[in-house]
Amino acid sequence: MKKATFFLKKYSTYIIFLVAVLICIAISPDFFTPTNIVNIGRQYAGLIIVSMGMLFVILTGGIDLSVGSIVALGSVITATCLVAGMSLGVAMMIALLCGILCGIITGVLVSYAKMAPFIASMAMMTMARGVAFVISNGSPIPTPEGSIIWLGTGAVGVIPTLVIIAVAVVVAFWFMQNYTSFGRIVIAIGSNETAVRLAGIRVKLYKTGVYVISGLCCALAGILLCSRTAIGSPVVGEGMELDAIAACVIGGASLSGGEGSAVKAVIGVLILALIGNIMNLLAVPSYPQDIIKGIIIVASVLLQTLTSSNKKEA
Amino acid sequence: MDTTYRVQMEGIYKSYKGVHALTDVSFAVKPGEIHALVGENGAGKSTLMKVLSGAIAADKGSIKIDGVERNITSPRISRDLGISIIYQEFMLAPHLTVAENIYIDRLVGKNKLMINWKKLKKDSHDLLEKLGFSEIDPDEKVGNLSVAYQQVVEICKSLSRDARVLVLDEPSAVLTFTEIQKLFKLIRQLKEQGIAIVYISHRMDEIFDLCDTVTVLKDGHFVNEFRIDEIDKKSLIYQMVGRELSQLFPKRNAKIGETILKAEHLKAGRMVNDVSFNVHKGEVLGFSGLVGAGRTETMRSLFGADKLDSGSITYKGQKILFKDPHAAVRHGVGLLSEDRKQQGIVIERTIRENTTLTSLGKVSKFGIINHKKDKEFTRDILARLTTKYGDMEDSVSCLSGGNQQKVSLAKWLAADCEVIILDEPTRGVDVGAKAEIYKNINDLAEAGVAVIMVSSEMEEVINMCDRVVVMRQGKVVGELEKKDMNDKNIIGLSMGVM
Repeated sequence: MKKATFFLKKYSTYIIFLVAVLICIAISPDFFTPTNIVNIGRQYAGLIIVSMGMLFVILTGGIDLSVGSIVALGSVITATCLVAGMSLGVAMMIALLCGILCGIITGVLVSYAKMAPFIASMAMMTMARGVAFVISNGSPIPTPEGSIIWLGTGAVGVIPTLVIIAVAVVVAFWFMQNYTSFGRIVIAIGSNETAVRLAGIRVKLYKTGVYVISGLCCALAGILLCSRTAIGSPVVGEGMELDAIAACVIGGASLSGGEGSAVKAVIGVLILALIGNIMNLLAVPSYPQDIIKGIIIVASVLLQTLTSSNKKEA
Repeated sequence: MDTTYRVQMEGIYKSYKGVHALTDVSFAVKPGEIHALVGENGAGKSTLMKVLSGAIAADKGSIKIDGVERNITSPRISRDLGISIIYQEFMLAPHLTVAENIYIDRLVGKNKLMINWKKLKKDSHDLLEKLGFSEIDPDEKVGNLSVAYQQVVEICKSLSRDARVLVLDEPSAVLTFTEIQKLFKLIRQLKEQGIAIVYISHRMDEIFDLCDTVTVLKDGHFVNEFRIDEIDKKSLIYQMVGRELSQLFPKRNAKIGETILKAEHLKAGRMVNDVSFNVHKGEVLGFSGLVGAGRTETMRSLFGADKLDSGSITYKGQKILFKDPHAAVRHGVGLLSEDRKQQGIVIERTIRENTTLTSLGKVSKFGIINHKKDKEFTRDILARLTTKYGDMEDSVSCLSGGNQQKVSLAKWLAADCEVIILDEPTRGVDVGAKAEIYKNINDLAEAGVAVIMVSSEMEEVINMCDRVVVMRQGKVVGELEKKDMNDKNIIGLSMGVM
């Protein structure tokens, strides 16, 4: 019995995912087709990357509400640069630098000005969105023909380029979490910031670092989103922060910090993806979709807390 | 049926996940008796008391209260039987007043609606006065009281519920010498009233000073029960650790070298007011004084953990100020915090992660950790401290207090400090682990490290330190050489009567 509980706790994210996959296969013949799977991959590559950045922020006990806005900013800047005749490489570089800059601002506000992460990133959320609107003048920016679309629609064999990039990012985060001192310190900060500071570690620097990384991830996601539609749009990524947080939490991350896993956060994204996808296939209207999504989030987190409290009582 | 005992626990068994925490333990206390419960960390003292308090259920065994067999299945039943336990971490609400805390579960009177503030205050005041603490204002917020007074409030809370059995879990660990004397007076007064008292402590002096009887536990087994006049310190320690602890304070063979750190006129906040001292290589420098004398604050501001308002530090011949702990550690200064759980260790993380937290640079290259090297390094350091652990991938919370402290210390051994500040290094640590920590302090000194030890334990200061600085109200009031170091001098200076 105890073993079963332990198993359930450790693998709950995977079990939910597996069940979701089986349900999807059972109820829709269109689900398990190569086209659909590839579509899901393309659609959710951006969210996966954003969730990775979010995870590291959450690991330190913080939160980053600005992700969706920085995605939009990244998308708009890429398109603007391409329209101005820059090469894709330069455009991407500029977009990424903007993402880093946003991250630095949030990070400094949180670590050095001691602002609550919720507030600092909320301010960044409105500012970045505002900048995206100002640059684009409020309307979508079509990119010059052939400049970026190959990235969004391209594939190696059957695997879309976007998915490959997302997988590379996930691997990088998995490595960072498990094999670098940065990852270890980030988790330790989320568990006991005071002890880490007194161990002579520059906590402020690391805390700023996670927001910078998050900003960088968002800008990258913005570029990829732009490449998929060939349009830079100031309205993309709305509500993405909530999806990213949901993915991390479904993946077992604790919002108080110190707990979470890169791989499980990806599974979290995929669970959200499956829910969205299957309901689209079944032609469920979008409002009921949101209700069901909410229920799934509650259910998966409940499963985790129930199994963990079982463990404590034993 | 024997009714001379207030509490009689017989044949208590308890195991967790196959590990036997208690095996056939018996324990009995008479009314008006102060009964010491001793044993190393992990010997089962806390588990036994948790069984008595109803916090956990025993697998087997009987508990009789006043000769009547009782089935204590919840803390409420235990409380109704008059059993009260005061833990090291107080169960007080810091933002509520003294009176509110004492009567926290009975704030509402008979009409079930309104609080009778007048009665509440009067009752609290009467209770405090009866115990000889009329200086505590029932209207004061508990958070503003000193730790010693908070403890008094805890005891009042117990007595207001007509406690007839009072268990005190290491009550003196957070108190200063004078406060302990006051606590002892209070405990003796309670004894006069016929309350049965269980006193858990690692401090031998206190046990022999205060208690009537002592029960020794080891590895979850009952070892023996003695009347205190039947036994001496040495044999009691032998009973506890199961081996002769030839020297609690091992000999040190360190050569005291040149001055490595010199602090002059340090000022920080209200608690540090013009502190100057110096420490040499290979020296163990003690810091004595009452709790609140500013010792911890001095060390924190020196280390860069708190802001230093003014003053100068000369370290290895150069003037320097550590702007944050990072700067201090980089220069080879380490600080073992007094508050282990909050500031010393990352309790949810693994033993390995905690041990190499200060020395990640040594086990990694370009920021990438070499797990094999990390494990070996951790194993070596922990072995030096004879730390007992199952798997270094377990979280530190699995360890006993003594071993947690060793991990915390291991972190600083790993960092190769040249000056190491130890703030209450043996607080809540059992006698066996204490000896091992002392041995490591000696090893450090012998290796030429300057050790600064802040300690409230007189015996420890006198036996371990080459020199002791005594602080009072944020100032250095004296410095004693080895030959002048004794209880009388140190206490006299700390209290300002010399």
